[in-house]
Amino acid sequence: MIKMTAHGAVCGKVNKMAEKTIMLGNEAIARGVYEAGAKVSSAYPGTPSTEISEYLSKYDEVYTEWAPNEKVAAEVAIGASIAGVRSLCCMKHVGLNVAADPLYTFSYTGVGGGSVFVVADDPGLASSQNEQDTRMIARAAHVPVLEPSDSGEAKEFVKYAFELSEKYDTPVILRTTTKLAHSQSAVELCDRVEVADKPYERNMKKYVMMPASAIGRHLYVEDREKRLSYDAKALLVNRIERGSSKLGFITSGVAYQYVKEACPEASVLKLGLVNPLCPELIKDFVGSVEEVYIFEELEPLIEEQVRALGLKVHGKECFTVQGEYSANMLRKVIYGKDEAVFDKQDAPARPPILCPGCPHRSVFSVLNKLKIHASGDIGCYTLGAVAPLSVIDTTICMGASISALHGMEKARGKEYVKNWVAVIGDSTFLHTGINSLVNMVYNKSTATVMILDNRTTGMTGHQDHAATGKTLKGEDTYAIDFKTVCEAIGVPRVIEVNAFDTAELERVIKESVASDTLTVIITKSPCVLLKGQKFPEVCRVDADKCKKCGACLKIGCPAMSKNSDGTVRIDETMCNGCGLCMTRCKFDAIKKEVR
Amino acid sequence: MTKNIMIVGVGGQGTLLTSRIIGKAALAEGYDVKISEVHGMAQRGGSVVTFVRFGDKVFEPVVEEGCADVIIAFERLEAKRYSHFLKKDGVLIVNDCKIEPMTVVIGAAEYPEGILESLSDKHRVYAIDGAKIAKELGNSKVLNSVVLGFGASHIGFSEERWLDTVAATVPPKTVDINKAAFCRGYNFK
Repeated sequence: MIKMTAHGAVCGKVNKMAEKTIMLGNEAIARGVYEAGAKVSSAYPGTPSTEISEYLSKYDEVYTEWAPNEKVAAEVAIGASIAGVRSLCCMKHVGLNVAADPLYTFSYTGVGGGSVFVVADDPGLASSQNEQDTRMIARAAHVPVLEPSDSGEAKEFVKYAFELSEKYDTPVILRTTTKLAHSQSAVELCDRVEVADKPYERNMKKYVMMPASAIGRHLYVEDREKRLSYDAKALLVNRIERGSSKLGFITSGVAYQYVKEACPEASVLKLGLVNPLCPELIKDFVGSVEEVYIFEELEPLIEEQVRALGLKVHGKECFTVQGEYSANMLRKVIYGKDEAVFDKQDAPARPPILCPGCPHRSVFSVLNKLKIHASGDIGCYTLGAVAPLSVIDTTICMGASISALHGMEKARGKEYVKNWVAVIGDSTFLHTGINSLVNMVYNKSTATVMILDNRTTGMTGHQDHAATGKTLKGEDTYAIDFKTVCEAIGVPRVIEVNAFDTAELERVIKESVASDTLTVIITKSPCVLLKGQKFPEVCRVDADKCKKCGACLKIGCPAMSKNSDGTVRIDETMCNGCGLCMTRCKFDAIKKEVR
Repeated sequence: MTKNIMIVGVGGQGTLLTSRIIGKAALAEGYDVKISEVHGMAQRGGSVVTFVRFGDKVFEPVVEEGCADVIIAFERLEAKRYSHFLKKDGVLIVNDCKIEPMTVVIGAAEYPEGILESLSDKHRVYAIDGAKIAKELGNSKVLNSVVLGFGASHIGFSEERWLDTVAATVPPKTVDINKAAFCRGYNFK
C-alpha cells in the first residue's frame, strides 16, 4: 500500500490500536472519505457503487443522503463544495451520464472545498446495461482521474483526490471497477483529519458560468490540465517498478494485479493518475523496455495517447475491449499458455430470476396472459424479459420505459399502443421516469404506464428513496405518494391495485390499454426481501390432484419444479406463500397452508 | 504459496458469508487475504461464485481456471459448471443438493444426471448432504456452517481457529448452533 504522506497528502495518524483489517473496496472508499474530513455526500444507488454510501452513512461526522438521481447528487456535492467543505458524490458509470451536465461545468468553475466524484465502471456487465468507460467522459470534461488497484489504495487515493481537487481547483474522479468495488483486501486505518470550512466569498467569474466568465474558466481548465500533466511525473501514485528490460507493461487499477500475478518479472509503469497522462514519464518508460504492452480494461484510452506520442507499443490488438481481464489472459498472450488443466463442462445456464413471492412476477404473469408488450426499465423487473414471463421488450436506461412508449405512440398512433404498457419501478420513476410522465401529459399521450411500487430500490440491495419515508441515515421523513404526484402533474386516470390481486389487475390493465385516456396503474406490494416481513404460509401441491399440465410452472417461480413422475413440487424453504401458482391451477391441486 | 478457494452456488444460498468466514480465518492466521464477491443482479437466483485467496502476498483477487485448490459447491450443477477451475489435484466439496435452474423448469434444458459420479472420474470429490445434517440439528439455516465445516477440513487451520471465526461472524444468538453445525461438517467422513 502506498503511504501517501510521502508526497504531502493528508494521512491522519495511523491508528495503532486498530487491528489489521480487510475491507471491501467500497467500504475502504467510505473510510477514506471519512478520514479526509469530508462533510457532505450525496448519491443514487447503482451497482457496483452502492455500498460506499451505506458504509459512509455509519459515520456521524459525514452528512450522507440518497438523492433521486445522480444529477441531483452531483449538484448537492457541488453546492457543498462552493460552501467550503469537502464533498462527495458516488454513482455507477451510467449514472455519470445523468450527472454529466453538472460535471462538465463544475470542471470550469472548480471547487471551494475539495470535491470527489466516485464513479464505478462495470467491465463484464455484472449488473449493468452497457460497458462504457468513465475515463472517456473524464477526458472530455478535462477532469483528473485517479484509479486505485486494491482496497488499501482506494482509501488512500480518495483522500489524495481531495488534496488534488483543492490544489488544482478541480473536481476529481475516483474511478473504480466491479472487481475493486466488490473485493476485499488489506486496509490500514487512520484517524479522521478535521478540515476547516473555507470562508465563502462571492466570485462571479468563478461560479457564474455565463459566457463572459466561462471563456476565462475554459482557458484556466486548459492550463490546469497542462500543469497537472507536467506535475504527474513526480506524483507517487504513478510509479515504475523496475524488472525485466525486455518485457514491460503500462497498466492501472485491478489490471495491475493481473500483471503482477502473471508476469512478476516484468517492468511495470503503474499509473494511479490515469487522466491526464504524463508524456515524459511514458516516453522514459517505453524507451527503457524492449516490448511494452498497454494492459487496460475497456477502452484503449491510455494506448491511443501513447501511440499519439509516436511510441511503438502493443495494446488492443492483443486484448479485448469487452469484459474483465485476468492473469490467464496475459499468460496466453505473453507466454502462449495458461494454467487451465480441465475442459469447461456443459451445464444448463442459470440466469438470475425474480425471487419466489416477488410481486413483479404477479404483474408480469398477467401481462403475459393478456399478450401485452412492456416497454421496460432498469431494475429487478428487467428480469421479466426472459422466459417464461417474456413480457419486457425493451430496456435502455433509467426512465426510458415511459418516454419510449410515448415515442411509439407518436410514431404509429394510439391504436398501436393498445397492446403495450410501460413498466417502471418506484425508485426508477423518481429517478427520471417522472420527467417522462410530464411529457406524456403535456403531449397528449393515451398510453398506459405501470409503476411497480415495491417500496424499495430492489436490485441494488434495498435502499430507501423519496417515497419510503426513511432517509439513508434511517431517520423518518416525508414519503412522496405516487398517486398524488401523478394527479398533480395532470394524469387524468390513476389507479392503485394490489400486485397480487390478479383478477383485478387483469381487469384494470384490459380497461386501461383499451381506453384513449392516459392511465397510470400503481401496483402495490413490498419486495419480498424487505426486512421485518413474516411469511407464515407456504403453498403445497396435492400430488393426487396434480394433472401434470405444467400451467403453474409458466409463472417462472424458482421454488417450483417437476418430480420424476411429472407432478409439481414446491420447495418449502424457498416458497413465501404468495399464492400466484394457485391462480394458475385449474384442478385445485395447490393449497396455501400454515408452515 | 498462495491458496486458492472458490465458493460456488445459487444466489441466495449464502456463499458470500461463507467466503467472508474463510477470509477472516486466513487473516487471523496472519496471511495476506483477498476476497472477491458478487453483488447486484446475479444475486437474484443466478449462478454465483466468490473467491478467497491467501498467502504471503496476494495480487489477483480472483481464482482462475486451473488454479483452485478447493472448490466448495453448494449445489451439484454449480459444482459441474466450475469444476474446470480446479488444479490437477484440487479438491471439490459438494453439498449434495439439486436446485433446478429456470431453463430446466421450463423444459428448455435438462438437468444432467450422475454429476457427482462423472466429476469423481477426474477430480477428488467429497460430497455431504448439508440439508439433512442441518435438519438433524433442528435448524435448516445452519446448512452453510455444515458445508463450510466440511470444506474447512480440506483447507487447513485448526478447528479452534475456525470455530472462533464462525463465532465472531454469525449473529450472536446463533453462535452455538452454528458451531455445532460446523463441527458436524468438519468431522464428517
